[in-house]
Amino acid sequence: MLRILHQIFRTGIVTEPLPQGAEKEIALVGARLEEAIRRRFRRSLTIRQVDAGSCNGCELEIHAMNNPIYNCERFGMHFTASPRFADMLLVTGPLTINMERTLLRTYNATPPPKLVVAVGDCGFNGGIFGESYASLGGIGKIIPVDAYIHGCPPTPADLLNGILKLIGG
Amino acid sequence: MNGLGRALFAAISTDTNKDIDQYPADAAAYRIPRGQFREAAKRMKMAGARLVAEWATDETPFGRGFGIYACYEKDSEYLIVKTHAPLEDPTFPSITKKFVPAYRFERQMKSLMGVIPLDHPDQRPWIKHEDWPQDAWPLRKSFDPAKPLQRISGKYEWIRAEGEGVYEIPVGPVHAGIIEPGHFRFQAVGEDIINLEERLGYVHKGIEKRFEGMSWEEGVRLATRVSGDTTVAHALTYCRALEAMSGSNPPKRALWLRAVMLERERIANHLGDIGAICNDAAFSFLLYQFSRLKEMLLRTNYKFFGHRFMMDTIIPGGTAVDISQDGTEEMLREMDWLKKEFNRLVVIYDENPSLEDRVRDTGILTPEKARDLCVVGFTARASGLNIDCRIKNPFPPYDRIIPKVPVLKSGDVHARVWVRIEEIRESIRLIRDLLNTLPPGPIKSNLPQPPPDRAGFAVVEGWRGEIVYWLQSGPNGEINRCMIRDPSSVNWLALEQAIHGNIVPDFPLINKSFNQSYSGHDL
Ligand code: SF4
Repeated sequence: MLRILHQIFRTGIVTEPLPQGAEKEIALVGARLEEAIRRRFRRSLTIRQVDAGSCNGCELEIHAMNNPIYNCERFGMHFTASPRFADMLLVTGPLTINMERTLLRTYNATPPPKLVVAVGDCGFNGGIFGESYASLGGIGKIIPVDAYIHGCPPTPADLLNGILKLIGG
Repeated sequence: MNGLGRALFAAISTDTNKDIDQYPADAAAYRIPRGQFREAAKRMKMAGARLVAEWATDETPFGRGFGIYACYEKDSEYLIVKTHAPLEDPTFPSITKKFVPAYRFERQMKSLMGVIPLDHPDQRPWIKHEDWPQDAWPLRKSFDPAKPLQRISGKYEWIRAEGEGVYEIPVGPVHAGIIEPGHFRFQAVGEDIINLEERLGYVHKGIEKRFEGMSWEEGVRLATRVSGDTTVAHALTYCRALEAMSGSNPPKRALWLRAVMLERERIANHLGDIGAICNDAAFSFLLYQFSRLKEMLLRTNYKFFGHRFMMDTIIPGGTAVDISQDGTEEMLREMDWLKKEFNRLVVIYDENPSLEDRVRDTGILTPEKARDLCVVGFTARASGLNIDCRIKNPFPPYDRIIPKVPVLKSGDVHARVWVRIEEIRESIRLIRDLLNTLPPGPIKSNLPQPPPDRAGFAVVEGWRGEIVYWLQSGPNGEINRCMIRDPSSVNWLALEQAIHGNIVPDFPLINKSFNQSYSGHDL
């Protein structure tokens, strides 16, 4: 136990004031975000992540948003296990034919009003996997998308930025 | 000729021909008559070999019908047995009864190539879901991958358990956490799991087929994205197979840089997973601590290799990035820092009784089962199997810096964690050694186009285990087939076995301790 406490004090708070490389913009959007989340989501934005066919690279970066350095919970965002509680679906692509039905069901299980963010180059248009017998391409092919976050994969800073932009607006 | 080759000849001497079109020469391929395919498997089993992969090719561009391949390994010898099935009779003798992993390989071959394993005990499709038309065989040359797939209505037959008090829990494909999709179906009595059936294929993106329309140079970008947590190892295996078949030797500096990246990828994933396993045992403190270390490594990757997961840094003939003297020194300092921080956390892991209670004796994969299932990687090493292709089939610079890897026998969650803890320490040592001996010079050499009708084979020990690529060029030297075998393709079978007798609430913990790739499996 003593070791754990030691480690906690030694580590201190590692959360960065703002994600690197986006300070000014995020400072701006961040302020509006707090306001928007308070106003529109009663202080908490609940996200359901759906992998609709990704290579798992995008998921790793979505995970990283939760690490103590980005610590997205401080913006009032958190991830939920069920679409029933979600305000937002964060969907990675490419949309595979074997996930098509499941994504649609998840979308329908999310109560309106709901936001959909498509993540990564694959979520946009299928990326390197393109459109084929197995891949339908971008997420927008079957559900309405409110915002796209590009990148392969987008970094945690890109992700935060993208979500803040959509919410703040 | 080595042990396995001799065993094959002893059985099927008159009709066995060495295939001279396969590279490198130490992974030999032998052609045998179709009727002898199972006999060959039996001989391989008797010789103590492991089934590495089984796959099919469409060789109609050469007028040869279908190619049926099985790759075996024993004591660092890889041997490929190959046979042909004519277009009008696309069948072959199943080897599932000899080697368990053939169970899924052959279902996959049947589903995607339309070649039928005779006497296979399970005729259900794999990866191909029930709403695909029966005759949609995407890996056949006659299949147009650009055309959208027709959908039909169909039903998947699950294995059922009956009896008083038996109930079913279906989980997925969308899981509670931020993870890839797959479906698990448990049959349980009370809390005890009596059976688990996996169903995968949800993230099938048609990767193998997609290679066939690409140039060799483009192909590496796709290989990089087969499994987003294993970008370096997949790209490297692809490049090594391609370099073998086109006779290219990357410069020494590139080989060293590739190994540095491979070990960095290993450390980053191990760190993240150990933290996540602790979190699934309700010890979130270590999740945050380990993910902090991982994040620092990813940032260094970005700084020196231009990408957090080092995507697109490995290219045919060498690497796309170099590192400066300053960068080398900074990375060396980072390794010192990491070693200190990491060791402190390991003591906390090791001394925590509530954690110990969850991870010990949970999710046991016995050495016997591990051998039968032909599992690879840290999963194998936690269950008493000493396999690591960095040691058994070293390519430079691993022939010089031989890694020492731990082998444990208990096969439980703790063993899988502990093997990975030791591997992190070893990878830190390797990276230090590599950076201290980094040869000067160029980072890329020329890559001649491979000649027609040639095959290249490579294995690389990624962080999950042995990754296999088998490439084949077509009549014009283009990509005719790219066979990928991620470690998960065999290791997924182990999860079904390790779960028996455990309780439902331990499933997430056990699953995490394997952490298989869905994307690498589904392709
Ligand atoms: S955008 Fe890149 S990282 Fe994300 S799923 Fe596609 S290939 Fe993987």
